[in-house]
Amino acid sequence: MTAAFDEMFGAEGQVDGAPRSAYAALDKWMKASPPEFFDARRRQAELFFRRIGITFAVYGEAESHERLIPFDIVPRIISGKEWRRLEQGLIQRAAVLNAFLQDVYGPGECVKAGIIPAGLVYGNSQYRVEMTRIRPPHDIYVHILGADLVRVGEDQFYVLEDNARTPSGVSYMLENREVMMRLFPELFARHRVAPVETYTDSLLATLRSVAPEGSSKDATAVVLTPGPYNSAFYEHSFLADKMGVELVEGSDLFVQDARVFMRTTEGPRRVDVIYRRVDDDFLDPLTFKPDSALGVPGLMAAYEAGAVTVVNAVGAGVADDKAVYTYMPDLVRFYTGKEAILPNVPTWRCRETDALAYVLDHLPELVVKEVNGSGGYGMLVGPTATRSEIEVFAHKLKTDPEGFIAQPTLALSTCPTFTEKGLQPRHVDLRPFVLTGSDQVRVTPGGLTRVALTEGSLVVNSSQGGGTKDTWVLDD
Amino acid sequence: MRIRIDHETRYHYDAPVRGVSQVLRLKPRPHDGQHIVSWRVDVDVDGRLRESEDAFGNRILRLSAEGPLEEITLSVAGEVETQDTAGMLSGQPERLPPEVYTRQTPLTELTPALEAFAGDAVSGVDDRLDQLHALLGAVHQQVVYDTRSTTVATSAIEAFTQGRGVCQDLAHIFIACARHVGAPARYVSGHLARADGVIEQEASHAWAEALVPGLGWVGFDPANGGCPSERHVRVACGFDYLSAAPVRGSRIGGGAERLSVRLVVSPQPMMQNQSAALGPAQLSQAQG
Repeated sequence: MTAAFDEMFGAEGQVDGAPRSAYAALDKWMKASPPEFFDARRRQAELFFRRIGITFAVYGEAESHERLIPFDIVPRIISGKEWRRLEQGLIQRAAVLNAFLQDVYGPGECVKAGIIPAGLVYGNSQYRVEMTRIRPPHDIYVHILGADLVRVGEDQFYVLEDNARTPSGVSYMLENREVMMRLFPELFARHRVAPVETYTDSLLATLRSVAPEGSSKDATAVVLTPGPYNSAFYEHSFLADKMGVELVEGSDLFVQDARVFMRTTEGPRRVDVIYRRVDDDFLDPLTFKPDSALGVPGLMAAYEAGAVTVVNAVGAGVADDKAVYTYMPDLVRFYTGKEAILPNVPTWRCRETDALAYVLDHLPELVVKEVNGSGGYGMLVGPTATRSEIEVFAHKLKTDPEGFIAQPTLALSTCPTFTEKGLQPRHVDLRPFVLTGSDQVRVTPGGLTRVALTEGSLVVNSSQGGGTKDTWVLDD
Repeated sequence: MRIRIDHETRYHYDAPVRGVSQVLRLKPRPHDGQHIVSWRVDVDVDGRLRESEDAFGNRILRLSAEGPLEEITLSVAGEVETQDTAGMLSGQPERLPPEVYTRQTPLTELTPALEAFAGDAVSGVDDRLDQLHALLGAVHQQVVYDTRSTTVATSAIEAFTQGRGVCQDLAHIFIACARHVGAPARYVSGHLARADGVIEQEASHAWAEALVPGLGWVGFDPANGGCPSERHVRVACGFDYLSAAPVRGSRIGGGAERLSVRLVVSPQPMMQNQSAALGPAQLSQAQG
């Protein structure tokens, strides 16, 4: 594998070399500060996070169900010029995902035109047939998009995957900034960093803008959570709190005459917009899993009647399916007539015979992902896998080729990160958040930078031991 | 054949429920082999009943009622006139692309053993219709009809492993296998007028439909080992039992629930001008 591009020092990344211009002031300041200073600040940062109580449950670990996600105090910096291009690419991506969903739950033009196989779309378990009868208010399906971007060179960014269901992590973006501003006020004085604190206002404005026609201007929005046992509960309560809206569980809502109400101490109150952090399968026991206690019986009837907006729309998951992802460049061309501003990672679809043969021959150098997996579970990173892990995957691929895609092992960019061995390059990705309302598209400058803390590791997921960094977009 | 159906579903709650909401798939659509002479669904509680359609094209009723309720009775009384179509379904709107019926659901997932069973059944058979008939025969042979071994939540895997089940289980196994060999397939709920003269039944019937190039949707009734005939009354379809279920509901409170079903499916003697003379009022009287 070739040396990774370093966010701070560029292609020839040397910790003592000349930094890229966006990092010049940071580099100078870091070199002028003694190591003890950073040690003290790192301890302080951990204290802040403990006090905030921001935790993340890790599935599959016997002990310690909740833990702190490690935070690294070296910010990841994106220049204004770089960001403007990313922003354009993200807006394009969100628009295309939306057009795709509107199409596949409607006329199905992309299938008829042969852009994407019918079976992949309609045979997908995330394709919710109920949505063929439901037109979401304002025709918006993906109100909140979290796109995972990776960088492999100065001008080379790729979309690694789209998260169009319930993308998480935005609370870390916000908390990271708050903690950084408390720790290093002098650093913010030396940089013009675009604010991220506006995110929750933007989110509320977006939610209100997509309320059903006829709702009042101050439409009632709620955050629907599966409850305190969910791994992202902290984020659900955080967002509800910052927006000043109610955090509810399924049992707090009920449907009457195809309208949704919330039980309050002052009697039932009509709900216009549900920002749900509950998966489709659990949303309405009358339509989906009958034993779900997390949902609201009859919600889909209210949705069908146009009386409530569900954010993101039910059935949006078919757009972020990893097999559908591989067709995104074609879909961008189909719906916009233009090339994708942010390209996909080159991907082999194991459902295709030639691709499968290639993948089986090159497993030790590829990353293989389950089409329906997420969170870094169930994937094979060829270069770091043992021979037996590779054999297990080869068998899985042969028995269920449609269930997998493969990609080259990318040299994800690195960013200097404090480790036990001092400041070291560690691989990072970036999850920006795109909000699509009926009035405008709002992209918060930056996003969540995730960092793989283990030397050489490419898996940045917090469930797999990844950490986070504050992400700066410079107003330059 | 003229078939009369009197179907009563009664839910009894140990403690009164505060409210119920249900989706009822109890009203058939007509198709070329099935003319609906009369049909009515009655609910014995005060509540709202909204008529709609689901994504599969089924006619549905959404019921919501507030308690306290100790009992709810859903009564269906109807009469249909059927014709044998050699199992082929036509004259019925298809709302969804056929590819949606290629996905497996939790009730139709397969184990390697079930996959091998499906593979063996169609081995050496090329024609899609012949494959489906081979599967039909194989499922009918392999799985013993037994009303005591399974529940409404039993999956194809469980029923296949036990080698026993009711029409619902056989339909699930057939659907799982059909999809596995590449045919879009779906679940059908309905009624069967028995050929042995027995008219009182314990439960409604279920079978499957699979898509055959050139023919369209064709019915397969693995519990009876043949295609649906003029004795079958088709009510609703879906991916599996869950999405075609006659009744799906949720309730607030109420403790344990007991369900009792009374079902009479009776072939009627054919008389001239009968369809004009029989109205809903007479049907209700005949129900006792």
